[in-house]
Amino acid sequence: MYEIRLHSRGGQGGVTAAKLIAYAAFLDGKYATATPLYGAERRGAPVVSFIRIDDEPIRIYSQIRNPDLVIVLDESIMQVVDVLHGIKPDGTVLINSQIGTEVEGHSTYPVDLTGIALSLDLVISGSPILNTPLIGAIAKMGLISRESAKTVISETFRDERNVEAALRAYEELEI
Amino acid sequence: MLTFGTGNKAVAMAVRDAKPVVVAAYPITPQTEIVEELANFVTAGSMAARYIPVESEHSSMAACIGAAATGVRTFTATSSHGLVYMCEMLHMSAGARLPIVMANANRALGPGWNIGAEHSDSISMRDTGWLQVYVSTVQEAYDATLMAFRIAEHTDVLLPVMINLDGFLLTHITQTFETVEPGDFLPPTATPHAIDIKNPGGYGTLTPGNTHFTFRRDMERGMRASIAVIEETEADFARRFGREYHLYEEYRCEDADVVIIAMGTLGKEMEVAVDILRDEGIAAGAIRMRWFRPFIVPDLDGKEVVVIDRDYSFGYGGVLAGELQAKSGCKPFSVIAGLGGQEVTYDDIVEFVRIRKPGTEHWFGVVD
Repeated sequence: MYEIRLHSRGGQGGVTAAKLIAYAAFLDGKYATATPLYGAERRGAPVVSFIRIDDEPIRIYSQIRNPDLVIVLDESIMQVVDVLHGIKPDGTVLINSQIGTEVEGHSTYPVDLTGIALSLDLVISGSPILNTPLIGAIAKMGLISRESAKTVISETFRDERNVEAALRAYEELEI
Repeated sequence: MLTFGTGNKAVAMAVRDAKPVVVAAYPITPQTEIVEELANFVTAGSMAARYIPVESEHSSMAACIGAAATGVRTFTATSSHGLVYMCEMLHMSAGARLPIVMANANRALGPGWNIGAEHSDSISMRDTGWLQVYVSTVQEAYDATLMAFRIAEHTDVLLPVMINLDGFLLTHITQTFETVEPGDFLPPTATPHAIDIKNPGGYGTLTPGNTHFTFRRDMERGMRASIAVIEETEADFARRFGREYHLYEEYRCEDADVVIIAMGTLGKEMEVAVDILRDEGIAAGAIRMRWFRPFIVPDLDGKEVVVIDRDYSFGYGGVLAGELQAKSGCKPFSVIAGLGGQEVTYDDIVEFVRIRKPGTEHWFGVVD
């Protein structure tokens, strides 16, 4: 089982991103679950979502404590939340960063999702859309197929720029 | 059709596929998505039901009672404070022998304010005459909702059915599930006492002490008959659609010395705990209780029992543990865990088995 913990801020689309990643894994023929962790949500507050991907049906409902991958959609969260808490020793970290932020002790993949969204003018209510470029990055990491990533985005979003955003992230992320 | 969605969405899709004539509902966290989806189906024309938006849960159940009294299929959904607000109407609907189906997103009651999963809402409606089933996956939420209509409407039963799914843990998780075309698995409703304007009769009239008990005794006959109807419905469902369900689900119980018993999502997660305990050489098994009413007692002879209650009856104890003890004579280790969405992992469940002391109560997370 592959376990992903996604850190974002309310309004950034983290909960939707988790669903879309799980949905892409489902289209790849895997079992997948996406679970949002609900508290007193408000715009801008730190939010956590969980994604599990497996070849067998998933029987676990509790939170992910030892993630294989930690995704950070807003690197300022790292000042207030220990995003690496419980991460597996060989776990990896994907950070949305405009300055190439890395963490010590873990393979880090910085990618400028915000820059990609802004360059395509993918902005809703002042917030850049990060979940579609994120799906491109996740596909590049090999967790979901390119084809499923594309299907999920075109089924969910009418705006073609979302597919373009995913493609750019796919190209920009260095593995 | 294989699809992907939340527990709430699965319930809404099952209701759509059951083709009810009337849906009356009031939104409440974490059930809201069920109501939203149903309203969308009606607006989009994929469901022909009359959707009645109401001003409260008491009214939603009242509207379902009025509709069901005419003999048509009805549905509503609620949670927590909404469920207890409609309490009076729960007694009315069961007493009037109306086969209404309702989904309840199990959620704690305040204060302190809490929207997390807890079974105290539905368990406090235990004696209303409603059948109660607790589900543990998105697929089961879909399947149990479809089956609920057939069970409730069966003329041997004619009692309402409540499908219970853990708030957030199941209502909001996204999983793979398969929808079906029910066809004649769901025959048209045939309520024998449906209002017929050509043949007027009295409904809910004064029943003094010399007759009232006969109606209550008839309700119990319906409840007892429901066990055979549930089994027959689940068997037919398996034949047609290939997914098997039982009155309760056993996991690695054959040679088990100790069995863990729970309802809802904990009843699924505990299977992982059983695997871990088995690897350590402990002969553990698990029984996931699906039906709370009717209450169906598994054979627990010669086994140690650990019961996890996501509920509590003050002055009594964990309700599931207490009822199992009363009916089976077992001396359970009663664990109170998961109240208000308290995080309980499979490792915690392993620990419950390790620290078990038969006949005692343990509050998970409480340090005395």
